[in-house]
Amino acid sequence: MKYSKSHDVLQQTLITVAAYFILAFSFYLFFAGHNDPGGGFIGGLMAACAFILIYVVFDRKKAHEAIKISFVPFIAVGLLLTIAVGFIGILFGQAYLEQFFDYFHFPFFGKVELTTALPFDLGIFFVVVAMAMVVTLTIAEDKG
Amino acid sequence: MSSLHIAILIPFMMAILIPIIYPYTKKIHTGWFVLLVPTALFLYFLTFLPTTTEGGYEYVSLSWVPSLGINVDLYVDGLSLLFALLITGIGALVVLYSIYYLDKASERLHHFYVYLLMFMGAMVGVVLSDNLIVLYIFWELTSLASALLISYWFHRKASVYGAQKSMLITVFGGFAMLAGFCILYGMTGTFSVRDIIAQTEGMAGSTLFLAAMILVLLGAFTKSAQFPFHIWLPDAMEAPTPVSAYLHSATMVKAGIYLVARLTPVFGGDAVWFWTLVIAGLVTLTYGSITAVRQKDLKGILAYSTISQLGLIMSLLGVGSAAIYMESGEGALFYSLAITTAVFHLLNHATFKGSLFMAVGIIDHETGTRDIRKLGGLMTIMPITFAISAIGLASMAGLPPFNGFLSKEMFFTSLLRATEGDFFSLETIGFLLPVIAWVASVFTFLYCAVTFFKTFFGKFEQSHYEKPVHEAPFGMLISPVILVALVVTLGIFPNIVAQSLVAPAVTSILPRFSVDELDIKFSLWHGINTELLMTLAIILCGSVLLITMKKWSQFNIYKRERDPLHWFYDQGLDGLIHFSQTVTRVQMTGLLRDYFVYMCAFILLLLGWTFWYADAWSFNISSVATTPFFVYIVTAVFIVTALCLPFIQKRMTLIIFAGIIGYIMALYFAMFRAPDLALTQLLIETVTVVLLMLAFRHLPEMAPEKAAPTKKLGNIVISAAVGVTITVVGISAYSLGTDANFSSISDYYIENVYKLGGGTNMVNVILVDFRGLDTMLEVLVLGIVSLAVIMLIKHRFKGGEDV
Repeated sequence: MKYSKSHDVLQQTLITVAAYFILAFSFYLFFAGHNDPGGGFIGGLMAACAFILIYVVFDRKKAHEAIKISFVPFIAVGLLLTIAVGFIGILFGQAYLEQFFDYFHFPFFGKVELTTALPFDLGIFFVVVAMAMVVTLTIAEDKG
Repeated sequence: MSSLHIAILIPFMMAILIPIIYPYTKKIHTGWFVLLVPTALFLYFLTFLPTTTEGGYEYVSLSWVPSLGINVDLYVDGLSLLFALLITGIGALVVLYSIYYLDKASERLHHFYVYLLMFMGAMVGVVLSDNLIVLYIFWELTSLASALLISYWFHRKASVYGAQKSMLITVFGGFAMLAGFCILYGMTGTFSVRDIIAQTEGMAGSTLFLAAMILVLLGAFTKSAQFPFHIWLPDAMEAPTPVSAYLHSATMVKAGIYLVARLTPVFGGDAVWFWTLVIAGLVTLTYGSITAVRQKDLKGILAYSTISQLGLIMSLLGVGSAAIYMESGEGALFYSLAITTAVFHLLNHATFKGSLFMAVGIIDHETGTRDIRKLGGLMTIMPITFAISAIGLASMAGLPPFNGFLSKEMFFTSLLRATEGDFFSLETIGFLLPVIAWVASVFTFLYCAVTFFKTFFGKFEQSHYEKPVHEAPFGMLISPVILVALVVTLGIFPNIVAQSLVAPAVTSILPRFSVDELDIKFSLWHGINTELLMTLAIILCGSVLLITMKKWSQFNIYKRERDPLHWFYDQGLDGLIHFSQTVTRVQMTGLLRDYFVYMCAFILLLLGWTFWYADAWSFNISSVATTPFFVYIVTAVFIVTALCLPFIQKRMTLIIFAGIIGYIMALYFAMFRAPDLALTQLLIETVTVVLLMLAFRHLPEMAPEKAAPTKKLGNIVISAAVGVTITVVGISAYSLGTDANFSSISDYYIENVYKLGGGTNMVNVILVDFRGLDTMLEVLVLGIVSLAVIMLIKHRFKGGEDV
């Protein structure tokens, strides 16, 4: 990646704030997924966009300091999570990847629907973020 | 899940456990933990002995993929039990022996025992499975474990070569066998061996019968090292000696024998089966014994001797299959002797060959060499090893009073009986069988004698050895001594196994007979008859050949140790690699455009042919919804942008134009009420543009197109054809759907998404719930892709590597 050489304070400040909003929106999209447009895949891509934005406006060192995440393990974590959730169905004598849901009452939140699809989707979220970031950063840092 | 299933699983579970406990138990030799497994299993299988002796069996089932007829059905009858006892019994002795053979300080024991346990579990699985597919899976697992064990000392080039060879040959046979099993399934509709046997009536007339038989035999012959597939076995001797003793003489190579025996009720009684087995067996027997004489390496001699003995058992199974042809009565009983001999010799071979391999391992371990030109005079230095080898070799040569003598005499009887038959054109060429067997036995006697005298007699030269030579430690001698004790016991009191082990196994191969009907009795002395005279002639001729060895050992043929058949394998493998590299080079031009042309052309051919074949053209768009005017404008922009692409010469402009197309796609999704798709498309487009920009700086200046006009024209035709085909397929699919009044699948989802999935976003509920497995595998692909990107970019080749 051509890291920004200019130290445009205005640009950097604005993008930092924007990145927070984009991240927040990506979480919203992730949770909204079951009933509204969104979900793990879209949420993950949105989060990746936020990270990429930070990498674009800051130099590499600073961006690395700000985002202290090594993305490669998240691929494994996400995959394992997705695969593991599938076994819940087997535990209850159903088929692999049978999803369950029910409605619960919580103080403050009210009636909330909890599904096993959520951790499944979280796994997808992880893989998508990690994949987008790994591919982008690897190509960007390539000196060959 | 029954105790039998658990019995098969135990070795695998132990194999998982070993690497975990290994770092904490370095003071104790890992073998001691492993020893528990075969010992316990051996005792467990002994409990089945009373059942099978009475002619009974044990059958347990566990569903696996019932819809395809694949279930983990286990079946213990006489034949399975005999093999299970051999595998676990010899396994226990081999593990005990390996504890002293492999140094715990310098060897990677956790690797060794994991492979060994994996093999043990797989082998028990092979002999207990009633379901052919399960049997096949275990079968390939034994090939895998065998290759891993052969290449255990992987820093040696010969080990890796041998492992690859055994793997390629046995897996080739395995695939053929799988095809044979599938044909059997096609004929009978079941994978269960017992059900197939029950349906054999009238199967021989089927056209597929012969194909199934030959394919299954290919599997059996490659595994059991029958000529000309035997070439992997001598190279497999690069494995540590306990492995050679266990896999490559006592158990794994007998899997082919097991398969032939198991399927004898299905295929037996057919002339092709009879002659294929007899000819392959006798050729292997003769070729193996003659080649063994030429070997200078002790393990080489034993390898070829194993090949030859396997041929012997194979030919016996062939002769015995005549009993099924005779159906029942006196005639069948007459030929059932061959099967009895096969089973008995199988047991005998495991005992004497196992002990011999262990003795050779001791010699190798204590002297540092296995070359018979260097060895000599070891009798006084290693008296116990000498005694073990003497008994083992005498038994193998067929000398009384050892068990090898008994089975060899019975082998002659069986072949002599075959000459009396008046079917399968035995009356014309049948007389050859005993003659060939006799010649092979002379050579068997010869190589046994050569091994015996060259190793233990003559002059002892300390200068040939790198270290002082002495007798092996006590622990290393236990296992071979036990085996040799069995050799002697079975020789003198053979009837202790007659009714308990041999007869039940014979009844599994020839289901028409019951244990009492067979009434098997072995006898050491059976009067002066043809067989005894044959043995005396063997000793005589063999001795003459031994005495005149100085003369004939000058011949060139004796000096050529390496089997000429290896040349074919090496050439074939080289040719295969060369050929595949050529094919790859032709299509791998390194130009993305070319790959795209291949793919498009293939899809076009496939779609076009299917379309034409099914006559699927239809055009009925009467019920299409009206399109609002602005969609036409968007579409016009879309088309113009797409048409501009080929004429753009600047890469930056290209990226922007491609981006426009992507965003218009998102617009389409939005217009047709697919917000999820629109969102996804927008985000993907954004990330893609960023990626393209990143890759941008690595790319050279775009060169003007220089392709020949004909090539350009071809590309235009293909791309136009893709567009036309997809459009035609789309329209036809729609209008055919309308004609046939298909109800759309979306109705089902509209009805059930909230009820069953608990969500109102249909797309997402389908993704995570109804089609969750697809999604899971898709993210798996994503993970693999990102790892591939890391590999390609961070660990890229520096040039010069052979891909």
